[in-house]
Amino acid sequence: MNARTETTRDATSPRNGATMLPPVDVIEDAAGITLYADLPGVPRDKLHLEIQADTLTIEGDVSLPVPDSMVSTHAEISVPRYRRVFTLSKELDTGNVTAELVNGVLTLRIPKSERAQPRRIEIRGA
Amino acid sequence: MYWSSFPRDAFAEFDRLQRELSRAVERSPSIRGFGRSSFPALNVGDTQQAVEIYAFAPGLDPASIDVQLDRGILTISGDRRADTTQTDKSTVHVNERFSGAFRRVVSLPDDADPDAVSAEYRDGVLHIAVKRRAETQPRRINVQ
Repeated sequence: MNARTETTRDATSPRNGATMLPPVDVIEDAAGITLYADLPGVPRDKLHLEIQADTLTIEGDVSLPVPDSMVSTHAEISVPRYRRVFTLSKELDTGNVTAELVNGVLTLRIPKSERAQPRRIEIRGA
Repeated sequence: MYWSSFPRDAFAEFDRLQRELSRAVERSPSIRGFGRSSFPALNVGDTQQAVEIYAFAPGLDPASIDVQLDRGILTISGDRRADTTQTDKSTVHVNERFSGAFRRVVSLPDDADPDAVSAEYRDGVLHIAVKRRAETQPRRINVQ
């Protein structure tokens, strides 16, 4: 897969501001590509997935149960938004992507289009 | 609001960039662990009634997370298995997510009450609240 990570900020983004780059695993097999992304703190309704042409955008907002009067004393996560953009290659079937968000881990399955899948060619005996 | 209290200045941005760069470069962490880019990331905050700890630990079975409180030291530990079922026919293109054993330690203030701890795991974030002892909480004294 020609998964190319682009800059996390671009001027055309409808919602500007700082974002975090979520860590991902990308695994390819004969039938497609599986992408896992760590998005801790993102509930399902705050996750935005978009495929436009050959660009996959993953965006999520962190939502924590924080008491109003809390004063932060230590923060390793200080930006409440994840964003990451990938460029998909032609043989991927973007119409049949499945996505699942469990315990802050997004699993995206992008199958290859049937034409691109490996096929065994029968050799007929003479 | 909680998030807006963090500065969004150039230094903060640079710090974030540096952390991400070091995570990409440091493929062999020190013998004592992961240093700065440790898992899970922690946020800690104070209220008058409690200490609130948020551990960003996605993809865990809540029952497998071990939270211990011993003499004011809170320890969060566990094991995160790679859920990437790899076969001979598959190729790993990107592998950035943490896997393996982890352990993080937080030192609690003196007035933390070890008998009043609650822990909840939601959306991959472990939220631990440790109440402060009642006798140390601010109290209004009536003037006669």
